Amino acid sequence: MIRSLLSLTACALLLSACAQPALRGTGDLGVVVERTTGSLQIIESDTRTALARVEGLGDLSHASVVFSRDQRYAYVFGRDGGLSKVDLLSARIDRRIIQGGNSIGGAISQDGKLIAVSNYEPGGVKVFDAQTLEPVADIPATPLPDGQKRSRVVGLVDAPGQRFVFSLFDTGEIWTADFSQNQTPRIERFTAIGRQPYDALITPDGRYYMAGLFGEDGMAQLDLWHPEHGVKRVLGHYGRGEARLPVYKMPHLEGWAMAGQQAFVPAVGHHQVLVMDARTWQQTGTIAVAGQPVFVTARPDGRQLWVNFAYPDNDRVQVIDTQTHAIIADLRPGPAVLHMEFTARGDQVWLSARDGGEVQVWDPYRLERLSSLPALSPSGIFFSSRAHKPGY
Amino acid sequence: MDRHRCATRITTLLFVFCTPVLAAPDHPRQAQLQHLLVQDCGACHGLHLTGGLGPPLTREALAGKSRDSLIATVTQGRPGSAMPGWAPLLGPDDIRWLVDRLLQGTPAP
Repeated sequence: MIRSLLSLTACALLLSACAQPALRGTGDLGVVVERTTGSLQIIESDTRTALARVEGLGDLSHASVVFSRDQRYAYVFGRDGGLSKVDLLSARIDRRIIQGGNSIGGAISQDGKLIAVSNYEPGGVKVFDAQTLEPVADIPATPLPDGQKRSRVVGLVDAPGQRFVFSLFDTGEIWTADFSQNQTPRIERFTAIGRQPYDALITPDGRYYMAGLFGEDGMAQLDLWHPEHGVKRVLGHYGRGEARLPVYKMPHLEGWAMAGQQAFVPAVGHHQVLVMDARTWQQTGTIAVAGQPVFVTARPDGRQLWVNFAYPDNDRVQVIDTQTHAIIADLRPGPAVLHMEFTARGDQVWLSARDGGEVQVWDPYRLERLSSLPALSPSGIFFSSRAHKPGY
Repeated sequence: MDRHRCATRITTLLFVFCTPVLAAPDHPRQAQLQHLLVQDCGACHGLHLTGGLGPPLTREALAGKSRDSLIATVTQGRPGSAMPGWAPLLGPDDIRWLVDRLLQGTPAP
Protein backbone atom coordinates (compact mmCIF):
# COMPACT_ATOMS: atom_id res chain seq x y z
CA MET A 1 0.00 0.00 0.00
CA ILE A 2 2.68 2.39 1.06
CA ARG A 3 4.84 1.36 -1.89
CA SER A 4 2.05 2.00 -4.38
CA LEU A 5 1.36 5.37 -2.80
CA LEU A 6 5.03 6.25 -3.09
CA SER A 7 5.20 5.24 -6.73
CA LEU A 8 2.04 7.22 -7.40
CA THR A 9 3.60 10.28 -5.81
CA ALA A 10 6.76 9.73 -7.84
CA CYS A 11 4.68 9.51 -11.01
CA ALA A 12 2.81 12.72 -10.11
CA LEU A 13 6.08 14.49 -9.43
CA LEU A 14 7.52 13.34 -12.72
CA LEU A 15 4.40 14.43 -14.57
CA SER A 16 4.38 17.86 -12.98
CA ALA A 17 8.06 18.21 -13.82
CA CYS A 18 7.21 17.45 -17.45
CA ALA A 19 4.50 20.10 -17.44
CA GLN A 20 6.99 22.81 -16.43
CA PRO A 21 8.50 24.74 -19.30
CA ALA A 22 12.19 24.06 -19.82
CA LEU A 23 14.44 26.24 -17.73
CA ARG A 24 16.12 28.99 -19.68
CA GLY A 25 18.01 32.26 -19.25
CA THR A 26 17.07 35.64 -20.68
CA GLY A 27 20.53 37.08 -21.42
CA ASP A 28 20.27 36.42 -25.16
CA LEU A 29 16.74 37.79 -25.47
CA GLY A 30 15.53 41.12 -26.69
CA VAL A 31 12.43 42.89 -27.94
CA VAL A 32 11.42 44.48 -31.22
CA VAL A 33 8.87 47.29 -31.02
CA GLU A 34 6.07 47.02 -33.57
CA ARG A 35 5.00 50.62 -33.55
CA THR A 36 1.68 50.68 -35.40
CA THR A 37 0.16 47.61 -33.79
CA GLY A 38 1.25 48.37 -30.22
CA SER A 39 2.98 45.02 -29.93
CA LEU A 40 6.42 43.62 -29.15
CA GLN A 41 8.19 40.59 -30.49
CA ILE A 42 10.44 38.75 -28.09
CA ILE A 43 13.55 37.68 -29.99
CA GLU A 44 16.50 35.41 -29.28
CA SER A 45 19.81 36.59 -30.72
CA ASP A 46 21.51 33.20 -30.39
CA THR A 47 19.14 31.48 -32.80
CA ARG A 48 18.06 34.67 -34.60
CA THR A 49 14.43 33.77 -34.07
CA ALA A 50 11.26 35.33 -32.75
CA LEU A 51 9.87 33.51 -29.71
CA ALA A 52 6.58 35.30 -29.10
CA ARG A 53 4.52 38.40 -29.67
CA VAL A 54 3.10 40.48 -26.82
CA GLU A 55 0.13 42.70 -27.67
CA GLY A 56 -1.87 45.43 -25.99
CA LEU A 57 0.90 47.94 -25.30
CA GLY A 58 -0.89 51.03 -26.64
CA ASP A 59 0.66 53.69 -28.87
CA LEU A 60 4.26 52.62 -29.44
CA SER A 61 5.32 55.38 -31.80
CA HIS A 62 8.62 56.50 -30.35
CA ALA A 63 8.65 53.70 -27.76
CA SER A 64 11.74 52.82 -25.79
CA VAL A 65 12.63 49.99 -23.44
CA VAL A 66 14.83 49.37 -20.38
CA PHE A 67 15.42 46.05 -18.59
CA SER A 68 15.34 44.86 -15.00
CA ARG A 69 18.74 43.84 -13.66
CA ASP A 70 17.74 40.17 -13.61
CA GLN A 71 17.02 40.66 -17.36
CA ARG A 72 13.62 39.07 -16.99
CA TYR A 73 11.42 42.13 -17.38
CA ALA A 74 11.29 44.74 -20.14
CA TYR A 75 9.82 48.12 -19.18
CA VAL A 76 8.18 49.66 -22.22
CA PHE A 77 7.57 53.41 -22.44
CA GLY A 78 4.78 54.24 -24.89
CA ARG A 79 3.88 57.53 -26.51
CA ASP A 80 0.46 57.50 -24.87
CA GLY A 81 1.90 57.60 -21.34
CA GLY A 82 1.68 53.82 -20.99
CA LEU A 83 4.32 52.12 -18.82
CA SER A 84 4.26 48.36 -19.25
CA LYS A 85 6.31 45.71 -17.47
CA VAL A 86 6.63 42.74 -19.81
CA ASP A 87 7.79 39.32 -18.60
CA LEU A 88 10.17 37.93 -21.23
CA LEU A 89 9.85 34.38 -19.88
CA SER A 90 6.07 34.08 -19.93
CA ALA A 91 5.70 36.57 -22.83
CA ARG A 92 2.97 38.39 -20.94
CA ILE A 93 2.32 41.86 -19.58
CA ASP A 94 3.04 41.61 -15.86
CA ARG A 95 1.79 45.10 -15.03
CA ARG A 96 0.70 48.14 -17.00
CA ILE A 97 -0.24 51.69 -16.03
CA ILE A 98 -1.05 54.90 -17.88
CA GLN A 99 1.13 57.40 -16.05
CA GLY A 100 0.85 60.48 -18.27
CA GLY A 101 -0.70 61.85 -21.43
CA ASN A 102 2.28 61.91 -23.76
CA SER A 103 5.71 60.46 -23.00
CA ILE A 104 9.03 60.20 -24.69
CA GLY A 105 11.26 57.78 -22.79
CA GLY A 106 12.46 56.37 -19.53
CA ALA A 107 15.30 55.00 -17.43
CA ILE A 108 15.97 52.52 -14.65
CA SER A 109 17.90 53.52 -11.52
CA GLN A 110 21.37 52.30 -10.61
CA ASP A 111 19.93 49.89 -8.02
CA GLY A 112 17.21 48.71 -10.41
CA LYS A 113 14.42 49.64 -7.99
CA LEU A 114 13.09 52.80 -9.64
CA ILE A 115 11.69 53.46 -13.10
CA ALA A 116 11.60 57.09 -14.28
CA VAL A 117 9.53 58.33 -17.23
CA SER A 118 9.97 61.64 -19.06
CA ASN A 119 6.76 63.26 -20.15
CA TYR A 120 5.75 65.88 -22.67
CA GLU A 121 2.27 66.09 -21.18
CA PRO A 122 2.13 66.83 -18.30
CA GLY A 123 5.71 68.12 -18.68
CA GLY A 124 7.97 66.52 -16.09
CA VAL A 125 9.33 63.24 -14.79
CA LYS A 126 7.43 60.60 -12.84
CA VAL A 127 9.15 57.87 -10.89
CA PHE A 128 7.73 54.44 -10.05
CA ASP A 129 8.61 51.38 -8.02
CA ALA A 130 10.15 48.95 -10.50
CA GLN A 131 8.46 45.93 -8.97
CA THR A 132 4.92 47.19 -8.48
CA LEU A 133 4.80 50.32 -10.70
CA GLU A 134 3.35 52.19 -7.71
CA PRO A 135 4.14 55.93 -7.85
CA VAL A 136 7.20 57.05 -5.89
CA ALA A 137 7.84 60.66 -6.95
CA ASP A 138 6.48 63.34 -9.28
CA ILE A 139 8.88 66.01 -10.57
CA PRO A 140 6.93 68.68 -12.49
CA ALA A 141 9.01 70.65 -15.00
CA THR A 142 9.21 74.45 -15.19
CA PRO A 143 5.90 76.08 -16.16
CA LEU A 144 5.79 77.86 -19.52
CA PRO A 145 4.93 81.56 -19.77
CA ASP A 146 1.36 80.76 -20.88
CA GLY A 147 0.80 79.44 -17.36
CA GLN A 148 -0.99 76.31 -18.55
CA LYS A 149 1.69 73.94 -19.78
CA ARG A 150 5.05 72.91 -18.44
CA SER A 151 8.26 72.30 -20.33
CA ARG A 152 8.53 69.01 -22.16
CA VAL A 153 11.23 66.71 -20.80
CA VAL A 154 13.72 64.83 -22.99
CA GLY A 155 17.05 63.03 -22.68
CA LEU A 156 16.30 61.20 -19.42
CA VAL A 157 19.13 58.88 -18.31
CA ASP A 158 20.23 57.13 -15.14
CA ALA A 159 23.49 58.22 -13.54
CA PRO A 160 25.69 56.73 -10.80
CA GLY A 161 24.73 57.57 -7.23
CA GLN A 162 21.06 56.70 -7.71
CA ARG A 163 20.45 59.76 -9.85
CA PHE A 164 18.42 60.60 -12.92
CA VAL A 165 19.44 63.39 -15.27
CA PHE A 166 17.17 65.01 -17.86
CA SER A 167 16.72 68.10 -20.05
CA LEU A 168 13.85 70.54 -20.44
CA PHE A 169 13.21 71.19 -24.13
CA ASP A 170 11.14 74.36 -23.89
CA THR A 171 12.98 76.15 -21.09
CA GLY A 172 16.57 75.09 -21.87
CA GLU A 173 17.51 73.44 -18.58
CA ILE A 174 19.26 70.33 -17.27
CA TRP A 175 18.08 68.88 -13.97
CA THR A 176 19.50 66.13 -11.77
CA ALA A 177 17.27 64.21 -9.34
CA ASP A 178 19.15 62.41 -6.58
CA PHE A 179 17.31 59.50 -4.93
CA SER A 180 20.29 58.31 -2.86
CA GLN A 181 18.97 59.53 0.49
CA ASN A 182 15.31 58.59 0.26
CA GLN A 183 12.43 58.53 -2.15
CA THR A 184 12.05 62.31 -2.05
CA PRO A 185 14.60 63.39 -4.64
CA ARG A 186 17.03 66.23 -4.19
CA ILE A 187 16.72 68.30 -7.38
CA GLU A 188 19.49 70.42 -8.82
CA ARG A 189 18.64 72.76 -11.70
CA PHE A 190 21.00 74.15 -14.34
CA THR A 191 19.35 76.92 -16.35
CA ALA A 192 20.25 78.72 -19.61
CA ILE A 193 22.08 75.65 -20.90
CA GLY A 194 21.18 76.41 -24.55
CA ARG A 195 18.10 76.53 -26.73
CA GLN A 196 15.91 73.45 -27.19
CA PRO A 197 17.88 70.43 -25.93
CA TYR A 198 16.33 67.59 -27.98
CA ASP A 199 18.01 64.46 -26.58
CA ALA A 200 20.98 63.52 -24.45
CA LEU A 201 23.44 60.80 -23.59
CA ILE A 202 25.78 59.93 -20.78
CA THR A 203 29.31 58.57 -21.10
CA PRO A 204 29.72 54.89 -20.08
CA ASP A 205 31.47 55.85 -16.84
CA GLY A 206 28.49 58.03 -15.98
CA ARG A 207 30.59 61.17 -15.72
CA TYR A 208 29.54 63.43 -18.60
CA TYR A 209 25.93 64.15 -19.49
CA MET A 210 25.66 65.72 -22.94
CA ALA A 211 22.47 67.25 -24.33
CA GLY A 212 22.24 67.96 -28.07
CA LEU A 213 20.76 71.35 -28.90
CA PHE A 214 18.23 71.90 -31.66
CA GLY A 215 17.69 75.65 -31.27
CA GLU A 216 21.38 76.40 -31.79
CA ASP A 217 24.56 74.55 -32.70
CA GLY A 218 26.44 72.48 -30.17
CA MET A 219 25.88 70.39 -27.09
CA ALA A 220 25.47 71.25 -23.42
CA GLN A 221 27.78 69.23 -21.18
CA LEU A 222 27.42 68.61 -17.46
CA ASP A 223 30.35 67.01 -15.60
CA LEU A 224 28.58 64.97 -12.93
CA TRP A 225 31.82 64.62 -11.01
CA HIS A 226 31.92 68.39 -10.76
CA PRO A 227 28.40 69.76 -11.00
CA GLU A 228 29.68 72.88 -9.20
CA HIS A 229 31.42 73.81 -12.46
CA GLY A 230 28.06 74.15 -14.16
CA VAL A 231 27.09 73.35 -17.74
CA LYS A 232 29.60 74.00 -20.52
CA ARG A 233 29.10 74.30 -24.28
CA VAL A 234 30.90 71.93 -26.60
CA LEU A 235 30.86 71.73 -30.41
CA GLY A 236 29.53 75.27 -30.43
CA HIS A 237 30.60 76.11 -33.95
CA TYR A 238 30.03 73.05 -36.05
CA GLY A 239 27.41 74.53 -38.30
CA ARG A 240 29.00 77.93 -38.70
CA GLY A 241 28.85 79.38 -42.18
CA GLU A 242 26.73 76.56 -43.57
CA ALA A 243 23.00 76.74 -44.00
CA ARG A 244 21.23 74.17 -41.90
CA LEU A 245 18.95 71.89 -43.88
CA PRO A 246 15.36 71.30 -42.82
CA VAL A 247 15.38 68.50 -40.22
CA TYR A 248 12.76 65.85 -41.05
CA LYS A 249 13.68 63.65 -38.12
CA MET A 250 15.45 64.56 -34.91
CA PRO A 251 18.74 62.74 -34.38
CA HIS A 252 18.94 60.38 -31.44
CA LEU A 253 21.71 60.40 -28.91
CA GLU A 254 21.76 56.91 -27.50
CA GLY A 255 24.73 55.51 -25.74
CA TRP A 256 28.09 56.80 -26.69
CA ALA A 257 29.92 56.09 -29.92
CA MET A 258 33.55 56.09 -28.91
CA ALA A 259 36.76 54.67 -30.33
CA GLY A 260 39.90 55.30 -28.35
CA GLN A 261 39.73 58.98 -27.49
CA GLN A 262 37.39 59.90 -30.33
CA ALA A 263 33.69 60.47 -29.79
CA PHE A 264 31.17 60.62 -32.64
CA VAL A 265 27.79 62.36 -32.71
CA PRO A 266 25.22 63.18 -35.42
CA ALA A 267 25.18 66.80 -36.69
CA VAL A 268 21.75 68.44 -36.68
CA GLY A 269 20.67 69.66 -40.11
CA HIS A 270 23.88 68.63 -41.88
CA HIS A 271 24.94 65.52 -43.78
CA GLN A 272 27.74 64.96 -41.29
CA VAL A 273 28.95 62.93 -38.37
CA LEU A 274 30.99 65.08 -36.00
CA VAL A 275 34.19 63.84 -34.40
CA MET A 276 35.55 65.19 -31.16
CA ASP A 277 38.40 64.47 -28.80
CA ALA A 278 36.87 63.03 -25.63
CA ARG A 279 39.66 64.45 -23.45
CA THR A 280 39.34 68.07 -24.54
CA TRP A 281 35.82 67.96 -26.10
CA GLN A 282 37.15 69.94 -29.06
CA GLN A 283 35.89 69.08 -32.51
CA THR A 284 38.59 67.30 -34.47
CA GLY A 285 36.79 66.46 -37.68
CA THR A 286 33.65 65.91 -39.70
CA ILE A 287 32.71 62.88 -41.77
CA ALA A 288 30.50 63.52 -44.80
CA VAL A 289 27.66 61.00 -44.97
CA ALA A 290 24.68 60.21 -47.21
CA GLY A 291 22.02 62.16 -45.35
CA GLN A 292 21.13 63.64 -41.99
CA PRO A 293 22.26 61.04 -39.46
CA VAL A 294 19.75 59.78 -36.88
CA PHE A 295 21.70 57.14 -34.94
CA VAL A 296 25.50 56.96 -34.87
CA THR A 297 26.09 53.57 -33.26
CA ALA A 298 29.51 52.08 -32.55
CA ARG A 299 30.22 48.39 -32.88
CA PRO A 300 31.07 47.34 -29.30
CA ASP A 301 34.77 47.00 -30.19
CA GLY A 302 34.75 50.62 -31.40
CA ARG A 303 36.24 49.91 -34.82
CA GLN A 304 33.10 50.70 -36.84
CA LEU A 305 30.22 53.14 -36.74
CA TRP A 306 26.86 52.23 -38.22
CA VAL A 307 24.82 55.27 -39.23
CA ASN A 308 21.21 55.52 -40.35
CA PHE A 309 19.46 58.56 -41.76
CA ALA A 310 16.41 60.78 -41.66
CA TYR A 311 13.74 60.78 -44.36
CA PRO A 312 14.22 60.82 -47.38
CA ASP A 313 17.55 58.93 -47.06
CA ASN A 314 16.23 56.41 -44.54
CA ASP A 315 16.70 53.43 -46.86
CA ARG A 316 20.47 53.65 -46.37
CA VAL A 317 22.97 52.63 -43.72
CA GLN A 318 26.61 53.64 -43.92
CA VAL A 319 29.45 51.95 -42.10
CA ILE A 320 32.41 54.11 -41.11
CA ASP A 321 35.91 52.98 -40.13
CA THR A 322 36.72 54.88 -36.95
CA GLN A 323 40.48 54.91 -37.64
CA THR A 324 40.42 56.24 -41.20
CA HIS A 325 36.96 57.90 -41.13
CA ALA A 326 36.35 56.27 -44.53
CA ILE A 327 32.92 54.95 -45.44
CA ILE A 328 33.61 51.25 -45.90
CA ALA A 329 30.09 50.15 -46.78
CA ASP A 330 27.06 51.87 -48.22
CA LEU A 331 24.17 49.51 -47.51
CA ARG A 332 20.60 49.63 -48.67
CA PRO A 333 18.98 47.19 -46.30
CA GLY A 334 15.41 48.22 -47.08
CA PRO A 335 12.91 51.05 -46.80
CA ALA A 336 12.88 53.12 -43.60
CA VAL A 337 15.68 51.76 -41.44
CA LEU A 338 14.79 53.14 -38.03
CA HIS A 339 17.12 51.51 -35.53
CA MET A 340 20.27 49.40 -35.16
CA GLU A 341 21.18 47.29 -32.15
CA PHE A 342 24.39 45.34 -31.60
CA THR A 343 24.61 42.26 -29.45
CA ALA A 344 26.71 43.01 -26.37
CA ARG A 345 29.83 41.41 -27.83
CA GLY A 346 29.20 42.77 -31.30
CA ASP A 347 28.95 39.56 -33.34
CA GLN A 348 25.56 40.65 -34.72
CA VAL A 349 23.81 43.88 -35.52
CA TRP A 350 20.04 43.91 -35.90
CA LEU A 351 18.34 46.49 -38.11
CA SER A 352 14.66 47.35 -38.32
CA ALA A 353 13.31 48.16 -41.78
CA ARG A 354 9.94 49.66 -40.92
CA ASP A 355 8.46 49.87 -44.40
CA GLY A 356 10.03 46.58 -45.44
CA GLY A 357 8.16 44.89 -42.59
CA GLU A 358 11.21 43.04 -41.36
CA VAL A 359 14.06 42.92 -38.94
CA GLN A 360 17.45 41.97 -40.40
CA VAL A 361 20.40 40.37 -38.69
CA TRP A 362 23.83 41.31 -40.05
CA ASP A 363 27.35 40.10 -39.41
CA PRO A 364 29.17 43.42 -38.91
CA TYR A 365 32.58 41.87 -39.55
CA ARG A 366 31.72 40.29 -42.90
CA LEU A 367 29.17 43.02 -43.69
CA GLU A 368 26.75 40.30 -44.71
CA ARG A 369 23.11 39.85 -43.99
CA LEU A 370 22.58 36.61 -42.08
CA SER A 371 18.82 36.44 -41.93
CA SER A 372 15.63 38.40 -41.61
CA LEU A 373 12.48 38.05 -39.58
CA PRO A 374 9.04 39.41 -40.46
CA ALA A 375 7.81 42.19 -38.17
CA LEU A 376 4.95 44.70 -38.30
CA SER A 377 6.33 48.23 -38.84
CA PRO A 378 9.33 47.52 -36.59
CA SER A 379 11.09 50.46 -34.93
CA GLY A 380 13.28 50.08 -31.83
CA ILE A 381 15.26 46.90 -31.11
CA PHE A 382 16.49 46.37 -27.55
CA PHE A 383 18.57 43.50 -26.18
CA SER A 384 18.39 42.54 -22.52
CA SER A 385 22.14 43.11 -22.23
CA ARG A 386 21.17 46.76 -21.82
CA ALA A 387 20.22 45.81 -18.25
CA HIS A 388 23.85 46.15 -17.23
CA LYS A 389 24.79 49.18 -19.29
CA PRO A 390 24.41 52.43 -17.39
CA GLY A 391 22.64 55.13 -19.38
CA TYR A 392 20.62 52.67 -21.51
CA MET B 1 -33.70 82.45 -67.21
CA ASP B 2 -34.31 79.36 -65.13
CA ARG B 3 -32.37 77.29 -67.54
CA HIS B 4 -29.53 79.77 -67.35
CA ARG B 5 -29.51 79.70 -63.52
CA CYS B 6 -29.55 75.94 -63.60
CA ALA B 7 -26.63 75.87 -66.00
CA THR B 8 -24.73 78.26 -63.76
CA ARG B 9 -25.41 76.04 -60.79
CA ILE B 10 -24.25 72.97 -62.63
CA THR B 11 -21.12 74.79 -63.74
CA THR B 12 -20.49 75.92 -60.17
CA LEU B 13 -21.04 72.40 -58.88
CA LEU B 14 -18.74 70.98 -61.50
CA PHE B 15 -16.16 73.57 -60.57
CA VAL B 16 -16.47 72.83 -56.86
CA PHE B 17 -16.17 69.09 -57.34
CA CYS B 18 -13.68 69.05 -60.15
CA THR B 19 -11.11 71.58 -58.95
CA PRO B 20 -9.83 69.55 -56.02
CA VAL B 21 -9.96 66.37 -58.07
CA LEU B 22 -7.99 67.92 -60.88
CA ALA B 23 -5.38 69.25 -58.47
CA ALA B 24 -5.29 66.18 -56.25
CA PRO B 25 -2.41 63.72 -56.33
CA ASP B 26 -3.21 60.41 -58.06
CA HIS B 27 -4.08 57.31 -56.06
CA PRO B 28 -0.60 55.80 -55.73
CA ARG B 29 0.67 59.21 -54.63
CA GLN B 30 -2.16 59.51 -52.12
CA ALA B 31 -1.16 56.17 -50.62
CA GLN B 32 2.43 57.40 -50.31
CA LEU B 33 1.28 60.63 -48.71
CA GLN B 34 -1.00 58.82 -46.28
CA HIS B 35 1.95 56.64 -45.28
CA LEU B 36 4.12 59.72 -44.85
CA LEU B 37 1.45 61.35 -42.72
CA VAL B 38 1.16 58.39 -40.37
CA GLN B 39 4.82 57.41 -40.14
CA ASP B 40 6.92 60.50 -40.74
CA CYS B 41 4.64 63.31 -39.56
CA GLY B 42 3.75 60.85 -36.81
CA ALA B 43 7.38 60.71 -35.70
CA CYS B 44 6.90 64.13 -34.08
CA HIS B 45 3.13 64.54 -33.95
CA GLY B 46 2.36 61.02 -32.74
CA LEU B 47 1.18 57.96 -34.60
CA HIS B 48 -2.42 58.97 -33.85
CA LEU B 49 -1.52 62.64 -34.38
CA THR B 50 -2.24 63.32 -30.71
CA GLY B 51 0.99 65.30 -30.37
CA GLY B 52 4.56 64.80 -29.22
CA LEU B 53 7.42 67.13 -29.90
CA GLY B 54 5.00 68.73 -32.34
CA PRO B 55 1.46 69.78 -31.39
CA PRO B 56 -1.57 67.51 -31.88
CA LEU B 57 -3.00 67.52 -35.43
CA THR B 58 -6.33 65.89 -34.74
CA ARG B 59 -9.43 67.41 -36.30
CA GLU B 60 -10.42 68.83 -32.92
CA ALA B 61 -6.98 70.37 -32.38
CA LEU B 62 -7.08 72.03 -35.80
CA ALA B 63 -10.64 73.32 -35.52
CA GLY B 64 -10.75 77.03 -36.31
CA LYS B 65 -7.31 77.09 -37.94
CA SER B 66 -7.27 78.42 -41.50
CA ARG B 67 -6.40 76.08 -44.33
CA ASP B 68 -4.04 78.65 -45.83
CA SER B 69 -2.04 79.11 -42.66
CA LEU B 70 -1.72 75.33 -42.27
CA ILE B 71 -0.53 75.04 -45.87
CA ALA B 72 2.00 77.81 -45.20
CA THR B 73 3.26 76.04 -42.07
CA VAL B 74 3.75 72.72 -43.85
CA THR B 75 5.36 74.42 -46.86
CA GLN B 76 7.75 76.75 -45.07
CA GLY B 77 8.04 75.22 -41.62
CA ARG B 78 7.76 77.17 -38.42
CA PRO B 79 10.88 79.11 -37.45
CA GLY B 80 11.83 78.72 -33.81
CA SER B 81 10.22 75.29 -33.61
CA ALA B 82 11.28 71.84 -34.82
CA MET B 83 8.81 71.98 -37.75
CA PRO B 84 10.73 71.83 -41.06
CA GLY B 85 9.47 73.25 -44.34
CA TRP B 86 8.40 70.39 -46.62
CA ALA B 87 8.63 72.33 -49.90
CA PRO B 88 11.92 70.61 -50.86
CA LEU B 89 10.21 67.20 -50.72
CA LEU B 90 6.53 67.79 -51.47
CA GLY B 91 4.72 69.66 -54.21
CA PRO B 92 1.97 72.23 -53.52
CA ASP B 93 -0.71 69.67 -54.47
CA ASP B 94 0.74 67.14 -52.05
CA ILE B 95 0.72 69.67 -49.24
CA ARG B 96 -2.85 70.82 -49.95
CA TRP B 97 -3.99 67.21 -49.98
CA LEU B 98 -2.25 66.49 -46.66
CA VAL B 99 -3.74 69.56 -44.99
CA ASP B 100 -7.21 68.63 -46.24
CA ARG B 101 -6.76 65.13 -44.84
CA LEU B 102 -5.88 66.63 -41.46
CA LEU B 103 -8.83 69.03 -41.53
CA GLN B 104 -11.16 66.15 -42.37
CA GLY B 105 -9.69 64.06 -39.56
CA THR B 106 -7.51 61.30 -40.91
CA PRO B 107 -8.51 57.87 -39.60
CA ALA B 108 -6.17 56.21 -37.10
CA PRO B 109 -3.96 53.47 -38.60
